[in-house]
Amino acid sequence: MITSASDLLHIRQQHLPLIEARLGREEAAGEHQILVCAGTGCSSSGSHGLREELKKQVEAHQLQEKVKIIKTGCFGFCKLGPIAVVYPEGIFYCRVRKEDAADLVKGLASGQVITRLLYRDPATGQHARRMKEIHFFQAQHRIALRNCGLINPEDINEYIARDGYQALAEALSRQPEEIIAAISASGLRGRGGAGFPTGRKWELTAAAPARPRYVVCNADEGDPGAFMDRSILEGDPHSVLEGMAIAGYATGARQGYVYVRAEYPIAVDRLERAIRQARRAGLLGDNILGTGFSFNIEIRLGAGAFVCGEETALLRSIEGRRGEPRPRPPYPAQAGLWGKPTVVNNVETLANVPVIIRKGAEWHASFGTKGSKGTKVFSLAGSINNTGLIEVPMGTTLREIIFGIGGGIPGGKKFKAVQTGGPSGGCLPEEMLDTPVDYEALTAAGSIMGSGGLIIMDESDCMVDIARFYLEFSQDESCGRCTPCRVGTKRLLEILKRITSGEGTMDDLKLLEDLSHDVKEASLCGLGQTAPNPILSTLRYFRHEYEAHVRDKYCPAGVCRNLTRRPVLH
Amino acid sequence: MLDKYGRLEKVIKVYSRQPGQLIRILQQAQEIFGYISSEVQAYLAARLNIPLAEIAGVVSFYSLFNSEPKGKYTISICLGTACYVKGSQEIFQAFKNELELDDDDTTPDGLFTLRSTRCMGACGLAPVVAVNDDIYGQVKTGDVTGVISRYREKEPADDYERQRPFAHPATAPSPH
Amino acid sequence: MPADKFTFEPVSPVGREEDATRPVARKKVRFWIDGREVVAEEGISVLEAAHRVGIEIPSLCYLKNINEIGACRVCMVEIEGSKNLQAACVYPVSAGLKVRTSTPRVLRARRTVVELLLSDHHRECTNCIRNLNCELQHLADTLGIRNIRFTGEISNYPIFNKNPFIVRDYNKCIKCRRCEAICSKVQEVHVYSAQNRGFNTVIAPSFMKDLAEVACITCGQCVIACPTASLVEKECIDEVWQALADPDKYVVVQTAPSIQVTLGEVFGLPVGTVVTGKLVASLRRLGFDRVFATDFTADLTIMEEAHELLERLEGRGGPLPLLSSCSPGWIKFCEHFYPEFIPNLSTCKSPHEMFGAITKTYFAQKEGLDPKKIVVVAVMPCTAKKFEASRPEMGSGEWKDVDFVLTTRELARMIRQAGLNFRQLPDEEYDTPLGIASGAGTIFGATGGVVEAAVRTAYALTHGREMGVIDFEEFRGISGVKEAWVELKNRKIKVAIAHGTGNARKILDRMKAGEQFDYVEIMACPGGCVGGGGQPIFGSRDHKEISLDYRHNRADALYRIDYSRRIRLSHENPAVQKIYAEFLGAPLSETANKLLHTHYTPRGPLPGYAVNPVQ
Repeated sequence: MITSASDLLHIRQQHLPLIEARLGREEAAGEHQILVCAGTGCSSSGSHGLREELKKQVEAHQLQEKVKIIKTGCFGFCKLGPIAVVYPEGIFYCRVRKEDAADLVKGLASGQVITRLLYRDPATGQHARRMKEIHFFQAQHRIALRNCGLINPEDINEYIARDGYQALAEALSRQPEEIIAAISASGLRGRGGAGFPTGRKWELTAAAPARPRYVVCNADEGDPGAFMDRSILEGDPHSVLEGMAIAGYATGARQGYVYVRAEYPIAVDRLERAIRQARRAGLLGDNILGTGFSFNIEIRLGAGAFVCGEETALLRSIEGRRGEPRPRPPYPAQAGLWGKPTVVNNVETLANVPVIIRKGAEWHASFGTKGSKGTKVFSLAGSINNTGLIEVPMGTTLREIIFGIGGGIPGGKKFKAVQTGGPSGGCLPEEMLDTPVDYEALTAAGSIMGSGGLIIMDESDCMVDIARFYLEFSQDESCGRCTPCRVGTKRLLEILKRITSGEGTMDDLKLLEDLSHDVKEASLCGLGQTAPNPILSTLRYFRHEYEAHVRDKYCPAGVCRNLTRRPVLH
Repeated sequence: MLDKYGRLEKVIKVYSRQPGQLIRILQQAQEIFGYISSEVQAYLAARLNIPLAEIAGVVSFYSLFNSEPKGKYTISICLGTACYVKGSQEIFQAFKNELELDDDDTTPDGLFTLRSTRCMGACGLAPVVAVNDDIYGQVKTGDVTGVISRYREKEPADDYERQRPFAHPATAPSPH
Repeated sequence: MPADKFTFEPVSPVGREEDATRPVARKKVRFWIDGREVVAEEGISVLEAAHRVGIEIPSLCYLKNINEIGACRVCMVEIEGSKNLQAACVYPVSAGLKVRTSTPRVLRARRTVVELLLSDHHRECTNCIRNLNCELQHLADTLGIRNIRFTGEISNYPIFNKNPFIVRDYNKCIKCRRCEAICSKVQEVHVYSAQNRGFNTVIAPSFMKDLAEVACITCGQCVIACPTASLVEKECIDEVWQALADPDKYVVVQTAPSIQVTLGEVFGLPVGTVVTGKLVASLRRLGFDRVFATDFTADLTIMEEAHELLERLEGRGGPLPLLSSCSPGWIKFCEHFYPEFIPNLSTCKSPHEMFGAITKTYFAQKEGLDPKKIVVVAVMPCTAKKFEASRPEMGSGEWKDVDFVLTTRELARMIRQAGLNFRQLPDEEYDTPLGIASGAGTIFGATGGVVEAAVRTAYALTHGREMGVIDFEEFRGISGVKEAWVELKNRKIKVAIAHGTGNARKILDRMKAGEQFDYVEIMACPGGCVGGGGQPIFGSRDHKEISLDYRHNRADALYRIDYSRRIRLSHENPAVQKIYAEFLGAPLSETANKLLHTHYTPRGPLPGYAVNPVQ
């Protein structure tokens, strides 16, 4: 039981050496740690079996005293899973199979590096031994992901050793207003996509007269192709809990809820463990760190509805009802869960909070652009070499992300577009690649920051078909409450289906554009208001592809089944 | 069946006092029964004092709830963007052809349910297929037959036949 | 009777608690609508504020105080500083707000929304029951929709028209959810909820069952609330025309008390116009053999029910409180949700069923008619009475007490079909003897009327003399729950009145908690029969017919009829006295019991499921 800030420091000191060894800062006295990724990606590629086999091998060699097998959260390099890192040397192994376990353990004693499991740079053919030798990791700056892949997410002591809950301790020694001021000064904005200033949200909630108040963590990550929140929950759940507790203190809430997708069983499991451990340690519950501040957290599971990522729908879902949004105002900060003032923050936003409190608002504000401070986590997927999870300072260009960190397009294909913001976002072409990652800049370019999914598309992807894909999604996920979204997205989809099957007319193109505009204007919530974005952005940058489908009955990418015959030019 | 309602009663005892736990209770009911039949919904309506129309509205709103029995194995094909651009649509089609099923349908022997799903967050492995809790990454259309037969071979056909969910329409006892 | 014999408890406020998310209207603020300065209470909706200064913002899903959800998006306006258009029905006014209600941007968005609604609507206006009386149609006209640009899938569901009271056509539903709101928030019956999602959303009973298969009380408030023809009464106009044309049939019509104060509205007369004479004249011209008034059997009901009350007060014949039984929607509500109070229900059939039973016995004998050749048509403000007439216990076994129930709306249609110029018809009198009524029978049509009529008679019966005062203002009005003490038989009895089953729940829950009442009147519909589910619908944007104030204006007309009557006490109705003398003997006699009384069936809240807990 931790009952004071000094207890906390004591535990930190106790467990620090383990972490320091991983960071290469401390001599390990002949001990080894093998960190095996247990994120969803690596679990799917068999990391659980690998871990079991490693344990068996360690026992077979009677190395239990000398070698620790530790599961971690996501390293971000999902395509290369399962990933294992051997400390203190810091050797980064990828695509490690169960069968490789014996060699790996044998190599520990001899200090031999198993070359076949090392990362090989596709461009240079060079092997890299350590993470810092790989450009994918070099170019990143990890704040929200600071502990992912470094600590065991199922061990609260490892989190504490990484200064975990220090920020809460510090916050509790200050006035709530000071905390809100610090978050405001840091320039932190909502990482869920809309970018509302977090400090402002807290301030509004703290100012609302009604009680009780609530803190809700939006972990209903729904954008297809986005998995940053899942990775944080799986890799560093305590950072989110700590962020929530700080938000609770700042806004005068005593109860928090994490609303998480049921489709993320590993994340749910880690969260449950983390809450249990934090409660047992006294870092959640009554009279936290002897300050008199009490805060509890409960998990609520989503049940498969994208619209529940919208905050008013999410709140309704927590109340056990159909997740249908309601008009705002009033905002959740005024009347949210059960009609009470409620802060709704996304996972990544909350994971940033403890670091900001610890290192200061100015430190955070030193990253990023004028309007967008700090870093942003992105998931890279689609036609890209380094599929995975990355974190970069705001202001980094899309080009650096895709062609630098992402390693470019595989198979010698030509880049066509990057889709940001999922079904609410847009597709940006080659000429927009120098756009910096910044809320306003991305919006001006016709897309949005969104939650951080980046899907890269190449010449074999048809942009009309991509628009159709997204509308199919939005239409399927529309809650059905308001007319423009319920019927409008259906009609948009039908027009797109006409076009992709060769039955579209030029009038359809006009209708598509007009209706997209009206659905944006008239819809009740963010889902409907942004659903036409994939259409509008592709119409803006890839109109020629639409025209080819309509006028020439030809799909240049060869995707649309009926439209593969190249038109004869007269 | 009575035993299942007994388990449901335990769930109700734990959660019915907490406000807003209908969704959690429905999730547990689905775990217990495999699906949430109209009888189970009516039972919950009676026990939780929530109008049946509202419960049915909630069940039909969320895609993870099934009001029809599912096959023993649910084959989920991710149609998230990352998987889509890597050809998951073709894989879905291959499963449809192979099993002669449409989306959300179950084979007559009650073995397989086929469904397209939203992004599972395993985009690094796209395209992804899940069979119950087993996840297959970087699936190709050529793998489809193999995946299906792996599960079919596990089944002594007659054995499953006897306990498939269709055979036992749920009958609910009176709540106490 | 001296006024001090009455003490009135504080009444519960009518209407519903606001959604917790709506700010409460408080201080006055200054803001601008279309450049004009407006002052109103902070927090009221833009739509309401605009209405007060004469700007009618079109709307569809909005029902004041009942359904304020901003879902249909027809009432969109521009709010300065807001990126998106906002729904005026839910956007609260605040100091300095600048609203534009009819810019090209607003008009374009509204048109698109209505076009989208129409693109998923079975557009068969010319053969639709709500033709020229449909809010969607009016809206399309107001907004000048000349072309529907969108084609594609149109919802196509089977029409649910097998039950005898309400037809549900999902293909005309625009998902405004007004039915759901009125059923859940006002009536607290909770038949409807949104089911499925997205384009496949339907506002439906659980598992899209027919209303006959769920715990629907058949009150028809959803029909009144529906802006289109997605919910309509099950018509039986053609059957009535057939009967009228059949020379072998003797067709008798009875009209419920409230019809004489609502039918005129359909023909353009102001609310509260009494059209009794024209109503009778129109029915004669339609070809009915006799035109009678249900007000007569309302008097008969009072005779029976008042005696039942007195018996129970003496400890005989059943438990207290006695619950009134003349609203079949309330009866079904009790059977579904409060079956434990079935023994408290008066065993009296509702007046129109009593009328049917008397017509096919007493009247048939008197006139020498074969009861099987008599067709009894009831013109009722009510869809529940269509259901009631179909109950197996409502008849002799050989015949149904009432053969056909027409709503006020259906009668109006028949009058139009016959080409009658209603407003120019002469005033005619009801036939005798079943057309003779006291004022007490007439006020049955308003909430509190049954109690008032019964108290008039019970008081006179117990005190053996007439009361000095027979007007009980305290039983009248639109308060959801009204309560009073009345001195009877040397004891004070506690009387309560509730209208709308949501309000009924309040009284019943207090009874469950042990509170003592002696006599309780419950009407299923807000306002009583004047607000019945069969009353006129105007399909206009202000949907005034749903408001209690409007319904109260109708009720006022009933009280005016009562004042004007020479006989204002049921037991003084000479026809009633005569029927007891000639046929029934005395109230609660064997014959009376056989013809005028009935029994009820516990149904539980979940019909069709084994889990139905009968509490």
